[in-house]
Amino acid sequence: MCVALPGKIIETDGTNGKVDFQGNIVNVNMGVVNAQVGDYVLVHAGCAIEVMKKEMAEEIIELFAELENLHNES
Amino acid sequence: MNLNLEKIIKEIKNYAGTNLKIMEVCGTHTASIFKNGIRSFLSPDIKLISGPGCPVCVTPATYIDKAIKLALKPDCILLTFGDMMKVPGFEKSLSEAKADGANIEVMYSPQEVLKKATSNINKTYILACIGFETTIPAYSLLIEELDKNRITNVKFLTALRRVIPALEFICSTDSEIDAFIAPGHVSSILGSEVYGELASKYKKPFAVAGFEAEHILIALYDLLKQKEKCKYEVHNLYPSAVRPEGNITALQHISRYFTPGPAYWRGIGFIEESGLYLKEKYRKYDAGSFDISDESDKLAPKCRCGEVILGKINPDECPMFAKVCTPVKPKGPCMVSTEGTCGIWYRFS
Repeated sequence: MCVALPGKIIETDGTNGKVDFQGNIVNVNMGVVNAQVGDYVLVHAGCAIEVMKKEMAEEIIELFAELENLHNES
Repeated sequence: MNLNLEKIIKEIKNYAGTNLKIMEVCGTHTASIFKNGIRSFLSPDIKLISGPGCPVCVTPATYIDKAIKLALKPDCILLTFGDMMKVPGFEKSLSEAKADGANIEVMYSPQEVLKKATSNINKTYILACIGFETTIPAYSLLIEELDKNRITNVKFLTALRRVIPALEFICSTDSEIDAFIAPGHVSSILGSEVYGELASKYKKPFAVAGFEAEHILIALYDLLKQKEKCKYEVHNLYPSAVRPEGNITALQHISRYFTPGPAYWRGIGFIEESGLYLKEKYRKYDAGSFDISDESDKLAPKCRCGEVILGKINPDECPMFAKVCTPVKPKGPCMVSTEGTCGIWYRFS
């Protein structure tokens, strides 16, 4: 139920927009995010809930470094 | 040696310490754990417990009955997410009611009602509004549109639930859970800092995680390390989608239209402040959500969904599981949804 999927904004007027999910273009409400064309947003129930900041691969690599730091790995 | 996934899996597999019970709160995490075979990477000393994170499963049977009653009125049409269709009410599910002639349509987004309502002004559209914080902005954005455009033929039948009071309930009534994987997309709205009070008050580490296998393994590793070092912190391990403070715009938007109140969780009971209800100013949009929760909302005889939702038992410990209760003919709410713990166990285990 709480699944949200990332998609790329191809059009937005700040309130409503169109988001591309691998070729499927969906109308999305943009009312609670501050996002621009080209940004990736997490979309749930037709509503963008957050702007994605990083690619997953990049995030995972950074998390390894952060965890090492947190738990003093060497 | 630099930390990597191989090392993390090795540590999780070779963990030999005190037995750990880690709760993954969100049903989407439960599904990912099964799909990715993550249980096979766990040391026998680590047990993953599925939590109450499926809003469909905790919606009271009385809510279904009320929704059906409204959908049977000739001038009313009920709009619902597909997940809700098979949830058993006291007499029947929405799906069965639709087959018997009730006016019920499945929606992908609450926004769909705007077009329907303006082109059919003689009909009243009732939105079956269920969900946790992830879904609630979609409803508050809709109310804003309705208000702005003075659309009066849309009403909300709400059973909205807040995650933090439910976690507080689990922490305060069941000390068996040692650590929590916090829900990723609920946290996109709420933020990661919101778990800090629970972590320190109940001495339970929290890791906010995404939904890929790597995210979950990283969260498990973090929780093991926190427990080893007696740390009770919140670590945001899904920073691409979760800010420490959450989505402030969304939180402000929710609080403009909704206010907390007591709510009944199917299989659990009442939890204070765990529901969200339309504020007085917007009560004109309510379809009768205030008298839904009541103690008469009993589960089917022998159904142990309440214990499953609280992580006290695994689904296969219920006598009905996979025998008389299956996804095709669910007896309990946890078997209904694709993110209900029993449904996930049935499909993947």
